[in-house]
Amino acid sequence: MSNVAIDLTGVTKLFGNKLVVDGLSFTVASGECFGLLGPNGAGKSTIARMLLGMTRPDAGDITVLGLPVPARSRLARKGIGVVPQFDNLDLEFTVRENLLVFGRYFGMSTREINAVIPRLLEFARLESKGDSRVGLLSGGMKRRLTLARALINDPQLLVMDEPTTGLDPHARHLIWERLRFLLASGKTIILTTHFMEEAERLCDRLCVLERGRKIAEGSPHALIDEYIGCNVIEIFGGNPQELISLIKPYVQRIEVSGETLFCYAPDPEDVRIQLRGRAGLRILERPPSLEDVFLRLTGREMEK
Amino acid sequence: MGERLAAALPANAWNWIAVWRRNHLAWKKVAFASMLGTLADPMIYLFGLGTGLGLLVGRIEGASYIAFLAAGMVATSAMTASTFETIYAVFGRMRDQGTWEAILHTQLTLGDIVLGELTWAATKAFLAGTTIAIVAAALGYAAWTSVLYVLPVIALTGFAFASLAMLVIALAPSYHYFIFYQTLVITPMLFLSGAVFPVGQLPGVFQQIAAFSPLANSIDLIRPVMLGRLGDNVGLHIGALCMFAVLPFFLSAGLFHRRLMR
Repeated sequence: MSNVAIDLTGVTKLFGNKLVVDGLSFTVASGECFGLLGPNGAGKSTIARMLLGMTRPDAGDITVLGLPVPARSRLARKGIGVVPQFDNLDLEFTVRENLLVFGRYFGMSTREINAVIPRLLEFARLESKGDSRVGLLSGGMKRRLTLARALINDPQLLVMDEPTTGLDPHARHLIWERLRFLLASGKTIILTTHFMEEAERLCDRLCVLERGRKIAEGSPHALIDEYIGCNVIEIFGGNPQELISLIKPYVQRIEVSGETLFCYAPDPEDVRIQLRGRAGLRILERPPSLEDVFLRLTGREMEK
Repeated sequence: MGERLAAALPANAWNWIAVWRRNHLAWKKVAFASMLGTLADPMIYLFGLGTGLGLLVGRIEGASYIAFLAAGMVATSAMTASTFETIYAVFGRMRDQGTWEAILHTQLTLGDIVLGELTWAATKAFLAGTTIAIVAAALGYAAWTSVLYVLPVIALTGFAFASLAMLVIALAPSYHYFIFYQTLVITPMLFLSGAVFPVGQLPGVFQQIAAFSPLANSIDLIRPVMLGRLGDNVGLHIGALCMFAVLPFFLSAGLFHRRLMR
């Protein structure tokens, strides 16, 4: 097996006349965590579906685990685990039954499945829930079960479509921790997300998408250095237009998002001096993040 | 084209079993209620019409009316069991519950899923039809050995109607459309196919239409055997039922591919 897990070349997808994915190319190496970052409607889910052979590209080539997709997608899926955007567990079944039924879809015998279930339950921190009906589990538990289910065939590659959307922060952190564990054990992960924090914490490399086009690609740190490269000052609570004219000479760039000003300043002290003595302002200086990159690239705020 | 065909057709001869077993596991949890629901309808018809109307009708085709009706109800119960399993339960798993989506993320193809669902619906039809046949035999309306002969016909009837219903759900945008299939196809078929009265009672045109209905083909196979006679055109009726089982299966698999794998 080569060390390339996924390769897309010039992939284009149309729904009717609407261009959903536009000449997209990227490569994911084995053992890497690769993120597709973009707002809703950027084409992330369509790309995930194309990787699984569930929708065919109108142009371009896709190779997954060394196999051409969709031509050999059934074979490729034997080595893939999928965490879909919306849980599709069998609610009337117990946790254990969900794993049993899913293992059979991969041609595993009941004995083989029963042998791996304890390890999967432990991985998902669901040891005490094996015989609970899935309909009674919390959202975070369901998500962890979906993740455990995706591992039943011991896949090399995990395809995850917004794995933590809709979870509370505690549940989200637990999923992130589990995903890092999987990466440490050598799995390859491709995930779509619109959470900047998720992409920054998990992804070795990522690709920022807008309307099906790649607008940037690289490691989170490289992207931050390349597009921002200095600290960010957030100013909240004043009249944005008035503040802009005041500090403009001292900053590289200003973004307005709602009532907040984001100033990218090589020397933040100059900006602070200008704002000194103004009542009612809240000023926060912080290192740049991926979110700043996104704002810079798209000029729009992403959903949080 | 080749790869689209491969995705729409079963990948091999055994993948479907995993889908069947999933449905069987779900059914086991509600087996009693499910059987009661499936059998109540044909039983009410059998004893309601059989005893009530039977008094007025007297004998038909050399048998008591209730014995005549029993054979019709065996086929009808298979028809309704597999039709309703498909248009409600299968449609839910295909569209609302994400069951098919989850399965499509494994090494199964759409064809494997459709075949598994079809076989499961036929299994439920087989259970329903066989139960009615056993009740009929227990009450003396049919010979026990005749029940053995009609078992394969009941299964084939289940396949044919599951396959037809699969075509309906592949095309229907929502549950609301199934009422048309029920009221315009299934219910008229009950009266056109000789289930409750002989087809010979119908005007000529309707008799010709009836000859094409899968239910009529099924009844023409089941009734003579249960009434202890030899049937006519057995090969023709079996061939017709096979056609109804096979053609809509391939057609629906193609339509599902277009609907789900856009």
